[in-house]
Amino acid sequence: MKRHLIVVGNGMAGVACVEQILKLRHDFEITIFGDETHVNYNRILLSRVLAGEKSADDIVLNDIGWYRSNGIQARLGVRIENLDRDRRLVIDAQGQATPFDKLIIATGSSAFIPPIPGVEKKNVHVFRTLDDTRALLEKARKGCKAVVIGGGLLGLEAARGLQLRGCEVSVVHLMETLMERQLDPTGGAYLKRKIESLGIRVMLPQQTQALLGNGRVDGLRFASGEELEADLVVIAAGIKPNVDLARKAGLEVRRGIVVNDHMVTSDPNIHAVGECTEHRGQTFGLVAPLMEQGKALAAAITGNEGPAFTGSTSATKLKIMGVEIFSAGSIDDSAPGVETVRYEDPSLGIYKKLLLKNNRLEGVILVGDVSEERHYTGWLREETNLAPHRKHLLFPPPAEDAGLEIAEMPDSEVICGCNGVTKGTIIDAIHSSGIGTLSELKKCTRASTSCGSCTNLCEQLLRAVASDFQEETRTTLCSCVPFSYEQLREIMRGQQLKSVQEVLNVYGNGKGCEVCKPALSYMLDMLWCGDHEEDRSARFINDRVHANIQKDGTFSVVPRMRGGVTSADELRRIADVADKYKIPMVKVTGSQRIDLLGVKKADLPHVWADLGMPSGQAYTKGVRMVKTCVGTEFCRFGVQDSTRAGIELEQRLENLFTPHKVKMGAVGCPRNCAEATVKDIGMIGQDGSWQIVVGGAAGKSVRKADLLITVETTELALEACELFFQYYRENGNYLERTYDFVERLGIEKIRKETVYAAEPEKKKLLDRLKRSKALAKDAWLERETPAHATQFVQIEAIDKTEKAIL
Amino acid sequence: MISQSNWLRVTPSENIPSLEGRSVQIGGREIAIFNLHGRFVTIENKCPHKGGPLCDGIVSGTTVVCPLHGWRFDLDTGLAVRASLPACVTTFPTRVEDGVILVDIDHGSRIESEETAASSLAQIRLQD
Repeated sequence: MKRHLIVVGNGMAGVACVEQILKLRHDFEITIFGDETHVNYNRILLSRVLAGEKSADDIVLNDIGWYRSNGIQARLGVRIENLDRDRRLVIDAQGQATPFDKLIIATGSSAFIPPIPGVEKKNVHVFRTLDDTRALLEKARKGCKAVVIGGGLLGLEAARGLQLRGCEVSVVHLMETLMERQLDPTGGAYLKRKIESLGIRVMLPQQTQALLGNGRVDGLRFASGEELEADLVVIAAGIKPNVDLARKAGLEVRRGIVVNDHMVTSDPNIHAVGECTEHRGQTFGLVAPLMEQGKALAAAITGNEGPAFTGSTSATKLKIMGVEIFSAGSIDDSAPGVETVRYEDPSLGIYKKLLLKNNRLEGVILVGDVSEERHYTGWLREETNLAPHRKHLLFPPPAEDAGLEIAEMPDSEVICGCNGVTKGTIIDAIHSSGIGTLSELKKCTRASTSCGSCTNLCEQLLRAVASDFQEETRTTLCSCVPFSYEQLREIMRGQQLKSVQEVLNVYGNGKGCEVCKPALSYMLDMLWCGDHEEDRSARFINDRVHANIQKDGTFSVVPRMRGGVTSADELRRIADVADKYKIPMVKVTGSQRIDLLGVKKADLPHVWADLGMPSGQAYTKGVRMVKTCVGTEFCRFGVQDSTRAGIELEQRLENLFTPHKVKMGAVGCPRNCAEATVKDIGMIGQDGSWQIVVGGAAGKSVRKADLLITVETTELALEACELFFQYYRENGNYLERTYDFVERLGIEKIRKETVYAAEPEKKKLLDRLKRSKALAKDAWLERETPAHATQFVQIEAIDKTEKAIL
Repeated sequence: MISQSNWLRVTPSENIPSLEGRSVQIGGREIAIFNLHGRFVTIENKCPHKGGPLCDGIVSGTTVVCPLHGWRFDLDTGLAVRASLPACVTTFPTRVEDGVILVDIDHGSRIESEETAASSLAQIRLQD
């Protein structure tokens, strides 16, 4: 007969332990009790849910199918209140008793609420569970004043999450520096600067004396007597192990439930695992040791051979995108015999400190650059003799190629610290299960499923070992900001980043270059439709002065001439401007417009004013023109009014920016006189319908455009153009012309997501286009309101050549 | 022998926005002054490649990228960075006094080799 194993606690530690048991030979029938109603989720990622980077579904670790297929009975939303050790029963809140043969207590911990008067008031929250997160999400509104009490890991993550939801956030911390248990004062100061640069106020040291407000919290009073307004207070002042059940049952409890190296409590039939335990005087609040505990427990309870748990080095990592903090081991540098090795670069915000004793690593602090984190954890765990590495402690010797480093790694080296997955385990899984992708690897080994920081390593291993490795296509924008376009768009949207410098500071090298700055500028403009901080220094000169730089440093001016249609009046003004400013060349362009070449920068605003025509955007990655034929207006073959349709299309899209230039054409019959079939977007008139074609080119590449759709009315034709246009704006990589874009995505996918998309999706695309268009302006209006006093002005020196008299 | 310096007042510093450059005609030369987050540096405004106006380039760290063909120059040394051929532009001592940028137009320096660049760069960065 099977023995009944009961697990009290459906959190990460308890379920991970059950996963280990399932891997071993056992004779248990398993029941898991959880007082939360959710299946097992990844608590580490709650801050990501709060920040809006992940949804609640994204952080589920074991879905209900997992419980079912493993024959585990899940009793969710049931709280175990009592434990009858003599009769081996657990008793729930309703008084119902369930017998067990073996019991695992995995009750975890709860938020520690300091005894501050007023903590019971409304809008005072803790941040510990999915339900806490949901409650916070309901309250967090734009402009809401949120105060987080506690400047530790969780407090800071909660603060950033609330801020991303639009709250004005202050962090109040009792100690002199942030995360003082993991960082020394210098590291804490670096962290403070970084957090403040994100726009979060940090108040140190500040002791909260009372929470104010009548029923509902409206402020805090500090011991200093100062007060601070607050609509929302989050208490993140630490955790306390949940030991009530064990204590009532008479198990040995100190700070946590006391366990031995096999995770057995003072009762041999009762084990405990996770944050509720105390092992060799230590309690735990991080994932990695809990996984190790789970393995030891699983072996012990099933009677199999396995590792004992002999303690663990604590390692902490802050999970705020762009704020890289890592700390492990002991950070006490006053201990006898401890020497420190440090490096700092204040302008890059990088600080690294290693503590060594007898050539062994004791502890490590990394701020701003955590790329070597894995080495240090390895050295700590293995107690590696560092004598041979002394010259390369802070910076690894340059690897000849990335693959080499991973090849040299021993099989026992842990790749995924959160889930304790070694290189050997991953390689075995790849070989035995024929794994070829990262997601398969995640499913099979659980590597890279918690904090995700080992994703790169896992990919490297896959690339080196898996015979049928498939890489998810990902090109990074530039080494200054090493993320893909897709990631960057998501980062900017999710993290509410609205200036190029902010993106570079948080995700890049802080500097940027001529490649990434204009690209980031475009993405910000596209995402925020003008509700961003325009930084002209991040733009190419053409976009600083709205004209096209020529080989001699002068500029060319192309006014908008919609559909290539002009008038005697306009032509007269153009001629006058050419005379007045002694313009060396006036040329008819290939896009049915007129180009004035050789204009001095200082003359640009005057030329624009005298022309009295809007910018033709001939200098930028944006809407160029719609070339048209005379259509039904005059042509004896014309079957559609292409001139009018072309002008309408140009009007609807002009002044908008795009990943690369967009040249369009509209023709009134299939003779195609305005070459619509080799334009980025073409409208081809037929008897009773329009063909819309996209992705054509007749420049460096020559490509016949693909048919997007055929529609009957001009309005539908224009709408199809708009749908494709906005889709390209949102999904095209900067400097990717439509002909590459269409080939990269495939016309079928584009059709499905634009003209054949569901109506609500289409509407969303069009709404976003409309919003951008509403904010788009004729750039040449800067002649009246320049972006900077000397935008067009030629500076004259105060002293000429004479000797200055100083 | 060091000749007397000739510091000329050029323009109020607010005329040059952060991380941009502006050109000025002075002492028979055309110079480009850049604002590196409040530190001002001056080079000759002519790319040795095809004469491009360096004042209109994008600033990347302490370098500027010529708007015509993307040649890149270190603003402190004047030396071309990652260029296919060794190249350089003249740099001029620059300081700010009472909110006005001053340039010593007679003491431009050109560094023709990598080694001299490295040592003078080290000195410049030390002063920062």
